[in-house]
Amino acid sequence: MELVVKGLTQAYGKTTVLDRLDLVTGDIRALVLVGPSGGGKTTLLRILAGLDLPIEGSVSFAGKTLPRDEPGLLAYRRHVGTVFQAYNLFPHLSALDNLTLPLVHVHGLSPAAALERVAEPLERFKLAEHAHKRPSQLSGGQKQRIAILRALATKPERLFLDEPTSALDPEMTAEVLEMIGELKDLGTRFVLVTHEMGFARRVADEVAFVGGGKVVASGPASTMFEKCPEPRVREFFARILP
Amino acid sequence: MARSQSGSPAHGNLDRMSRALAHTLVVAILAALLAVAFWRSGYEFQWEGVWAYRQKFVTGWLTTVAMSLASLVLSALVGLVTAVGLRSRWTLVEAAARVYVELIRGTPLLVQLLIGFYVVANAVGLENRYVVGALVLALFSGAYMAEIFRGGLAAIPAGQRDAARAIGLTPWQSLRLVILPQAIRLVLPAVAGQLVSLIKDSSLLSVIAVSEFTLAAQEVNSFTYSTLESYLPLAAGYLLLTLPLSALSRWLERSFAYEAG
Ligand SMILES: Nc1ncnc2c1ncn2[C@@H]1O[C@H](COP(=O)(O)OP(=O)(O)OP(=O)(O)O)[C@@H](O)[C@H]1O
Ligand SMILES: [Mg+2]
Repeated sequence: MELVVKGLTQAYGKTTVLDRLDLVTGDIRALVLVGPSGGGKTTLLRILAGLDLPIEGSVSFAGKTLPRDEPGLLAYRRHVGTVFQAYNLFPHLSALDNLTLPLVHVHGLSPAAALERVAEPLERFKLAEHAHKRPSQLSGGQKQRIAILRALATKPERLFLDEPTSALDPEMTAEVLEMIGELKDLGTRFVLVTHEMGFARRVADEVAFVGGGKVVASGPASTMFEKCPEPRVREFFARILP
Repeated sequence: MARSQSGSPAHGNLDRMSRALAHTLVVAILAALLAVAFWRSGYEFQWEGVWAYRQKFVTGWLTTVAMSLASLVLSALVGLVTAVGLRSRWTLVEAAARVYVELIRGTPLLVQLLIGFYVVANAVGLENRYVVGALVLALFSGAYMAEIFRGGLAAIPAGQRDAARAIGLTPWQSLRLVILPQAIRLVLPAVAGQLVSLIKDSSLLSVIAVSEFTLAAQEVNSFTYSTLESYLPLAAGYLLLTLPLSALSRWLERSFAYEAG
């Protein structure tokens, strides 16, 4: 995915959150967004995922520009997947029904075909035995892995993940990160916001540092982590990396 | 709620038994006090006259049940549409819903019934007083239902809407498949409570001469001049409906209490 973001501006009320943000990546599989809290990562990711409309600016993936109208965005969202920090599973449905709902009601699969589609991934990620439980009966790590499968089951062109592990304890964080790593090896493309720098370094093709509503610096992971010319970025990593 | 969840099942049973005992005790004391009050008033009960009209009570009671249920179903629809209107982005829709709710909740049902029957229904040529009664009652209750539903919809976390949009549901699908199933569980106890109010409020239908339970008692009273013998069965008949509903409301509250995940 070649991402090109030009002059992206977003505001909540009178506060400008994204300020003419620009970002260009190569044709990569995994982009990781890092940066200080309140810097605008979530705001940027929601626009990339087609959940919010920016006030100004444009976004394109592989030459295709994101639509600016709600019907267009709805169609766009059906081809991508989004994973939230708080999982946002549907609590009134079993894990299995959470997975099949979009397949049946958005993508027109028969219930039987939907079940068949999700059986293999449930098995692969060791979630089959939990498929009939309600979200409230699952651990945080299980919930997030089900949420990732829900986003993946529709075979999206790419995933957007916003701090998928920041509500989890270290053990569950490890199991979710392992799953994301495996997905990358399987060829899934994604944009990930995370504070797990070790993982970011391992999985990212490129890293963009978002702060103060702008991309302060971006580039290949190795450059960004080791010899970024931007002092702000170097200071950030120096503070956060052991 | 917290009590029955934290204790072991045996503990919960004991809890329920002691509560039932306490209820029985309170009812027994109240009954004794009432009995003493009646005895001291020197009132001589004459049940024969009223007994002759028992069929009238039964028909009136059934009419009350039917009118209340019809109004409840209608008012649920009215309430749902209004609740969605109250949350609308379009100012005009929001204003219309708000005005309806405030007008209805700010005026007595008695006035609404009289205006509804003698002015509005008359103007549009609607003559069936049962239909008019059910409609006015539904509009009345709908305003309260709207507030109940609005609260239920507002209680669904924003993340649920986000997730529904993220998987590509249309706004209508999101409401039908994600928001409503959760909101309905949340509001069911309050809706059962609203039905209790509706049943009691339906007694006002007697002012437009709908032969429901209260009018039956009034008529029997005017035929027999046995006031208490006419109105005590009325109280009992309403309790017969409202007590189980209150219990149902409490049970629903307990059984739908699951954690959001
Ligand atoms: N819905 C909203 N209403 C008002 N202000 C908001 C809203 N969402 C975000 N903001 C503000 O926008 C700024 C950027 O927020 P954003 O969530 O994009 O940051 P972030 O980089 O994701 O931070 P974090 O690492 O803490 O998640 C913050 O100052 C935040 O307070
Ligand atoms: Mg964020």
